[in-house]
Amino acid sequence: MDLRSSDPLVVAGPRSEDALPETAAAAVKIVIVGGFGVGKTTLVRSVSEIRPLTTEETMTQAGVGVDDTAGVERKTATTVAMDFGRISINRELVLYLFGTPGQQRFWFLWNGLFEGALGAVVLVDTRRLEVSFDVIGRLEERGVPFVVAINTFPEAPPHPVEELRAALDLPEHVPIVHCDARKRDSSRDVLLTLMRYLHSLALSTEAS
Amino acid sequence: MSESGQGWEEGSPERLYVITGGRSGGSETSTLDLVTLVRARTGPPPGMPPEQAAIVRLCSSPLSVAEISAYLNLPVSVVTVLLTDLLAEKRVEARSPIPPANLPDVALIEAVMHGLEKL
Ligand SMILES: Nc1nc2c(ncn2[C@@H]2O[C@H](COP(=O)(O)OP(=O)(O)O)[C@@H](O)[C@H]2O)c(=O)[nH]1
Ligand SMILES: [Mg+2]
Repeated sequence: MDLRSSDPLVVAGPRSEDALPETAAAAVKIVIVGGFGVGKTTLVRSVSEIRPLTTEETMTQAGVGVDDTAGVERKTATTVAMDFGRISINRELVLYLFGTPGQQRFWFLWNGLFEGALGAVVLVDTRRLEVSFDVIGRLEERGVPFVVAINTFPEAPPHPVEELRAALDLPEHVPIVHCDARKRDSSRDVLLTLMRYLHSLALSTEAS
Repeated sequence: MSESGQGWEEGSPERLYVITGGRSGGSETSTLDLVTLVRARTGPPPGMPPEQAAIVRLCSSPLSVAEISAYLNLPVSVVTVLLTDLLAEKRVEARSPIPPANLPDVALIEAVMHGLEKL
């Protein structure tokens, strides 16, 4: 029996106002990483020019010890969703923002994600710092430059930045900022903090 | 969204296996990144498999691999396999991402900074 359908696959693509111009020649990406509910999707949504989209990856693709030639029926299709948004920087350059969960069991997603990424924003909820420790350690290991953004939830007790720096064991040069991920300007400023940090890193490397 | 009548779930391993002809996409070193921009060179020829044809139609303007994956509701790994074929057949062209590096160049960083400042 032929499993393939020859009917055209009807796919709703981007709305015409969301189409990139013909001049779009290259794209870069920034990764927003943090625990569940920390505000990743909210941040992406607040600055994105398109409604955030979701892409999925299957756990089995990560090679979690699954024999490729074994029957597919034995594979479980555990999928992990990643939200992303887009900002057109100019006529040629497009910036994509990917939100990804920080828990260790999702690190298999990181290979394709961080390869070629400009850098990362570690989004932190001060009530749950544990996830951030692992994430920060992992980014340092991979050599991914990052900044830390504290998403200020009203229920969270206020913490001075220097207290958080000590708690997260962050070196002096890594920027820490507070933000409200629901606000476009605030989210934009987080991204600018990362870019200015990358700029200073690039200048100091050029100089040396 | 759902292809009614096919009797399998969107993301089921069976469906994905059939779409890619059983290839995983993991072994070939792919030059495709999540943010590689893809643009169709031609319309879909008659007889092209539905997923490939859908990609070609989606890419009538430049679109990232991640967006193709999202609109098609297929994992990136599967989309990558399909795109590799479409690239080989010259149905689409890929506009590569800025070369990956831990240290992107200053001009690129400044361009992104200026773009964000204007938001
Ligand atoms: N008060 C407040 N709530 C927020 C903020 N950011 C996100 N939220 C809320 O926190 C919840 C989880 O946010 P979400 O973006 O889905 O988190 P994600 O799991 O990291 O993607 C949602 O109900 C948001 O509305 C913020 O800055 N302030
Ligand atoms: Mg989310």
